[in-house]
Amino acid sequence: MSRTIKLKKGFDINLKGKAKTEVVEGVLPDTYALKPDDFQGINRPKLLVKEGDNVKAGTPMMYDKMNDKVMFCAPVSGEVVEIKRGEKRKILELKILADKEVEYETFEKFSISDLDSLDPEKAKELISKSGVWPNIVQRPFGTIANPDETPRSIHISAFDSSPLAPDYDFIFKGDEDYFQAGIDVLNKLTDGKTHLGLDGRKEVSKVFAHAKNVEITKFTGKHPIGNVGIQIHHTQPINKGDMVWTVSPSGVVQIGKLFLEGKYDATKIVALAGSEVKNPQYYKTYNGACVNKMLENNMASDQVRVVSGNVLSGTKIDKNGFLGFYDQLISVIPEGDYYEMFGWILPSFDKLSFQRAFGLFSWLNPGKKEYVVDSNTHGEKRAFVQSGVFEKVMPMDIYPTHLLKAILAEDFDEMEALGIYEVIEEDMALCEFVDVSKHNVQSILRDGLELLRNS
Amino acid sequence: MRTQKTFFDKIKPQFQQGGKYEKFYYALEAFETFLYAPNSTTGTRGAQIRDGVDLKRMMMTVILAMVPCLLFGIYNVGYQHFLAIGQEATLMEIIGVGLYRVLPIVVVSYASGLGVEFIFSIIRRHPVNEGFLVSGMLIPLIVPPTIPLWQVALATIFAVLIGKEVFGGTGMNIFNVALTARAFLYFAYPSEISGEVWTYIGDNEVVNGYSGATPLAAAVTAMNNGTPFTDVLANTNSVLAADYYSFANMFFGFIPGSIGETSTLMALIGAFILIATGVGSWKIIFSVFAGAFIMGLGFNAIGVNEYMNMPAHYHLVIGGLAFGAVFMATDPVTASQTERGKWIYGFLIGVFTVIIRVVNPAYPEGIMLAILFMNVFAPLIDFYVIKANKKRRLQRATV
Repeated sequence: MSRTIKLKKGFDINLKGKAKTEVVEGVLPDTYALKPDDFQGINRPKLLVKEGDNVKAGTPMMYDKMNDKVMFCAPVSGEVVEIKRGEKRKILELKILADKEVEYETFEKFSISDLDSLDPEKAKELISKSGVWPNIVQRPFGTIANPDETPRSIHISAFDSSPLAPDYDFIFKGDEDYFQAGIDVLNKLTDGKTHLGLDGRKEVSKVFAHAKNVEITKFTGKHPIGNVGIQIHHTQPINKGDMVWTVSPSGVVQIGKLFLEGKYDATKIVALAGSEVKNPQYYKTYNGACVNKMLENNMASDQVRVVSGNVLSGTKIDKNGFLGFYDQLISVIPEGDYYEMFGWILPSFDKLSFQRAFGLFSWLNPGKKEYVVDSNTHGEKRAFVQSGVFEKVMPMDIYPTHLLKAILAEDFDEMEALGIYEVIEEDMALCEFVDVSKHNVQSILRDGLELLRNS
Repeated sequence: MRTQKTFFDKIKPQFQQGGKYEKFYYALEAFETFLYAPNSTTGTRGAQIRDGVDLKRMMMTVILAMVPCLLFGIYNVGYQHFLAIGQEATLMEIIGVGLYRVLPIVVVSYASGLGVEFIFSIIRRHPVNEGFLVSGMLIPLIVPPTIPLWQVALATIFAVLIGKEVFGGTGMNIFNVALTARAFLYFAYPSEISGEVWTYIGDNEVVNGYSGATPLAAAVTAMNNGTPFTDVLANTNSVLAADYYSFANMFFGFIPGSIGETSTLMALIGAFILIATGVGSWKIIFSVFAGAFIMGLGFNAIGVNEYMNMPAHYHLVIGGLAFGAVFMATDPVTASQTERGKWIYGFLIGVFTVIIRVVNPAYPEGIMLAILFMNVFAPLIDFYVIKANKKRRLQRATV
């Protein structure tokens, strides 16, 4: 019998343009890219390919010298057409012009019964050389896990509660065997347990509820309830000195496919959603796909912002940009670069607000109305004033304001004591959304994490 | 208004870095963002959308909550005036006198305070924060209607300068700005802010037997003379009206006092707005009242003098307790910032208010000093609440 954890705090953002549950296949772009910026904690990237090289899906393209067993591999086969660099020659994008038919590097194949007797070291080696390893993220810090370490436990959240979130039950329908195989492999990598967090607000999940050899916990509440960080906090919190790994369901499926099929299958079903998309629906594509084909003739206006990931913790990309490694959603929202006369005081029924301050009426129809929210900041940066509102959207026993102030003061002991190890950006994304003083909460938090990581 | 915008666009380059008026950038920004919500968009990484609320709107909500107190205050200043001089007056006359006294105080408070804010925004190169929009309205509501305007200006400047800017501006101050102004007046000009100052008389003659004593002063009289508080109240100004100091009048606010604080009802309407909008903490408001009432009951139990014997519920309607609880104690910057701390903070404000009132009659009103006192202790309360949080975390850890 699984445990159910109910949480009250949080905020569900109901945006217009949710994806219809239909998958479009065959809308595939010409180019794909591996973006080192998608990954946290790459200190010294080393390239393994040159422009003009031919790669297969699963051919190593890059690695980090500080974590050199983990290979970052090509998601599709083709020719490396461009290595885009930024300031100080920082590597931004490794672009691949894809073949018509994807060719795969072949790895050792296992049957389901073989997995029982799998040697952990061998599993680690296979996962890390095939390009699947970056799916394994460690906490604290949210960086790519180190294959030489053994985590206390592994955590998987089987649902996403963020705005416009893709429906995992729909996306992973039919992947049950791969998912189970992935879990069986992950179980080899930890001394502790593997935890799976299910959505307690929905009917029994067909894909995930029957998973075996995992500790299942159901969660009910509002966003960020689907964040694995929140779930860890309520099942087995991260203490100083602890290290756990987290994997997204898509990562688990990729691991399962690697072992059962013997290839790095970067196929992914992503949702294209948002108020500015004409036909919001799902697309079957590969990691790192260029989004241009999906957006072609599919946008309601030109003044849009394309976001890889959800609108709370995603990354803004070009209309010719590439899907992020961890992202399963492309959100398209209106760009908000306009002035609004007396915008700070005029009453509005269309502005979404967690708060109920004068003239903001969105609290009158919670959960029902779908909002169109643009990228305008709705105000200027100010000193920290309002207290109490961060706490209301943070379903953890953590004081966000004090943690942020400790980071700004670069007080290491205080950051540790206040629980910085338990959070990464996405867990505090709602704080950034609700902040009246318009601080970049997530980037402050990342600064703090980097300070500690490099100390 | 489109022309206005082009006007800003035209002059803005001169205010930006390297421009002629670079120093005045934040002053311009204050005006521009007042007219137009800015076109700034969210960054590349992180939250791509932001809540519709900003600090200006937040502060406007508080001001809105104060409007009932202000309007009633304007009426009551006129009402008390005509009552004291024994004249019948129409509603328009009453409001006229009220406006004549109150408006200049509001204007002076805003002008002097915002002046300091702008000067500091230029010197210290920080944006003009909207916090003063609230303080500037609070100050007029907590001074007597007879106060000289220059004192308002001086107190406001002192409060913004010493109470806020020296600590780094809005969000960094330790003391509630409006109460700092009030405390400054109280200690610098005691004669102008105590005694017969609570009713504006002007050049008129008062009615024979009129006394400007507030209920708080009546309580002190009760203690000194050894007569029950309710008897003293009944006798005070009975020439004006038989039930001048009835409980109902004190609740509704038809009594002399600082401009905006006499009416408990209006403060409660403000409390309703603040709580409904989520801007003010109901925990603080409730616990201030609870603290005062419980301490009042405590004194009833001791009962060595007539002030202690005053029925506890009177503590809630006399003086500025309600106004202070709703608008001053809830100041998010100076109050306790942890949820658990807010209970303690509010409760102790209530307790100290009544202690100061009853035990130390040299200060007739306790709420001002109680809040300032607890402002100092709020960080300490938070410190211990957070320490408990850290301890929970530490106990889980194995290394």
